[in-house]
Amino acid sequence: MIPGAFQYHLAGSLPEALYLLEQHGEDAKILAGGQSLIPLMRFRLAQPEHIIDINRVAGLSDITEFDGWLRIGALARESALERSTVVRERYQLLSETANVVADPLVRNLATVGGNLAHADPANDHPATMLAYRAVIVVTGPNGEREIPIDGFFLDAFMPALEPGEILTEIRIPSVGPRSGGAYEKFERKVGDYAIAAAAAQITLNEDGTVAEAGVATTNVTFVPVRATAAEDALQGSEPTEEAIGHAADLAAEAAEPNGDLRGSADYKRAMTRTVTARALRRAVGRARG
Amino acid sequence: MHFIREHLGLTGTHIGCDTTSCGACTIHWNGRPVKSCTVFAVQADGDELTTVEGLEQGGKLHAIQEGFWAEHGLQCGYCTPGMMMTAVALLAENPNPSELEIRQAISGNLCRCTGYTNIIRSIQHAATGLNQAREEITPEPAAVPADGGE
Repeated sequence: MIPGAFQYHLAGSLPEALYLLEQHGEDAKILAGGQSLIPLMRFRLAQPEHIIDINRVAGLSDITEFDGWLRIGALARESALERSTVVRERYQLLSETANVVADPLVRNLATVGGNLAHADPANDHPATMLAYRAVIVVTGPNGEREIPIDGFFLDAFMPALEPGEILTEIRIPSVGPRSGGAYEKFERKVGDYAIAAAAAQITLNEDGTVAEAGVATTNVTFVPVRATAAEDALQGSEPTEEAIGHAADLAAEAAEPNGDLRGSADYKRAMTRTVTARALRRAVGRARG
Repeated sequence: MHFIREHLGLTGTHIGCDTTSCGACTIHWNGRPVKSCTVFAVQADGDELTTVEGLEQGGKLHAIQEGFWAEHGLQCGYCTPGMMMTAVALLAENPNPSELEIRQAISGNLCRCTGYTNIIRSIQHAATGLNQAREEITPEPAAVPADGGE
């Protein structure tokens, strides 16, 4: 299908993009990868009058680690995350997440910033960023603002972006020794959204008990869910198979899935338990080295 | 996609699904394989687009086209342009992909006819062809013994 008519603006710089966004306000949408926005426009579920293309804005797609944070430009393509050495070697949860977003063709254009800003409950990166305790950096007419990830997803398709703001960077606290993460996604077929998916990031103490646990689930309600009870149960404990199973049970209890063509609510809850256990097992295994 | 088909008259790029799922519309944008149904033509202003029509050069089929012909990689042919464009990009980056790597690379291209087996063989055939051609252009230098050959 063909989108409704719109005005196209190509932003040459971030200030220009912000200016255009301020000019056109609610009638404008930012175009990055376009892999969520354009399909919506083709079905006319979204009919923005103005499109602001930020793909030519320089400096928004770098992936670098310094000063205690892994910094990911909002325009970093999923395929770039897959290829990044630092991400593959030390941020496996992130690399595994990028690897299961849609399919390889979509990943050549889809951006991690867009995946978060679109705030579709079925998107994969939100749960991962919860598990990492990431910080979202947005830029607006008044400059930069940092939003802790726990306050970023207000509702389905509703991120905590004020009018005139653009998500510009994602910061993940640098992982230390004895850390490991994993993303486990259960889908009907490759390229689909999750029936259930879980992100786990674990840091162990020297004695092998859990120092920090980040556990979050995808597509089980209108926002990604931090499995707080699971995290609390793991903290300070030996991550035995029993402890992992118990944490997975708690994560499943925190899920409130809707039955739909991907499964009944009960089935999704059961699968949430399974994927959480698997993600935790692999994260712990990596943390143990 | 509509621009390519209707304004440029290049109908080798196919419209398959409307939902960014099937990949029948796959082209190269500055060398990267993308789904042309999910890119506005204006985004590519000044850039290089390659469609399936661009594979054949001077009357000579591209190795991927040879592969799909030799290994019967198509039945109805609807997914084929997209499959080939994805495959060409894969082989440019990874000249010796494993079967798993091929399957992963084409996982954004759906085929309703073949069950994918011959598509994979076609891509493997093309890989061999491209690698052989490369060796013919740049033959291995004759080995020189460490002691100077005396």
